[in-house]
Amino acid sequence: MKLNEIVELLEADLLFEDVDKEKEITCAFGSDLISDILMCTKESTLLLTGLTNPQIIRLSDMIDLFGIVFVRGKVPPQEIIDMAKERNLPLISTKFTLYRSSGILFNSGLRSCKI
Amino acid sequence: MSEFWYAQPAYENRRLEQIDSKPIPNFVQNFKLGEKDFINAGKASAQIKLDLKQLGVNPIYLRRVAIASYEAEINITAHSKGGRITSKYFPDRVHIVFDDDGPGMGDIEKSISPGYSTADELVREMGFGAGMGLPNIIKNCDILHIISEEGVKTFLEVIIYFG
Ligand SMILES: Nc1ncnc2c1ncn2[C@@H]1O[C@H](COP(=O)(O)OP(=O)(O)O)[C@@H](O)[C@H]1O
Ligand SMILES: [Mg+2]
Repeated sequence: MKLNEIVELLEADLLFEDVDKEKEITCAFGSDLISDILMCTKESTLLLTGLTNPQIIRLSDMIDLFGIVFVRGKVPPQEIIDMAKERNLPLISTKFTLYRSSGILFNSGLRSCKI
Repeated sequence: MSEFWYAQPAYENRRLEQIDSKPIPNFVQNFKLGEKDFINAGKASAQIKLDLKQLGVNPIYLRRVAIASYEAEINITAHSKGGRITSKYFPDRVHIVFDDDGPGMGDIEKSISPGYSTADELVREMGFGAGMGLPNIIKNCDILHIISEEGVKTFLEVIIYFG
């Protein structure tokens, strides 16, 4: 699945342009617990979360994140968007809940990451 | 004071040779961590991962080092008055030492049990405090050593081998 399709399916906003919208995303994971996210991402993963603090971007220095979807209408502050820009890490914001967003993406063929 | 040792079975006999005999690393990096400094937390672990990547270490081990180091770095940030990280690089392994200025872990056995956490509201709101940090460290390291003096300090060191 491509970034563009995800933005469309989740009726979401891409928080900054200038990212590779054609790159294939193969799996996703959803959580608000950092330790779980660390343990459950073993391949390039799209992360769905309600966390918007700087540590969510810092996580992408430790593990391989394809991008982050902020759920429940959350938008992180500008400093955090800038941190993601530096890392070429796409950020998406959707008003849907974590459950609904996950359901939509799963039904459209985006599999869960291997844990 | 209490002490805890853990080693993957294959590395049990290396503890003496690689911790007690204080071998000299190829190079060393030092970092400082501030109490509740969640803006900078994680920078040290990211740097350690980058150093190892530049040394050509396989991504499988980079991931293990990053997770173990990040969890220990966050613990100093979240639970202590601040501390230090020393990363020692060897050709076949990395040895990372985390020490802080207290208040120490009351009971190490209890602290390492999955789900145990004394994290406060601020720390939980940030997505930490699930009580899985120390279990994650154990899962991702080859040797772990913790010394804690209640009310004084915590000292934690990990060794991860590259193969
Ligand atoms: N550096 C430290 N100083 C004092 N207490 C610590 C330290 N690291 C861990 N602890 C204690 O061990 C508990 C469990 O740690 P951990 O497994 O990482 O879970 P969490 O950080 O989510 O609470 C902490 O809640 C805390 O009580
Ligand atoms: Mg922790």
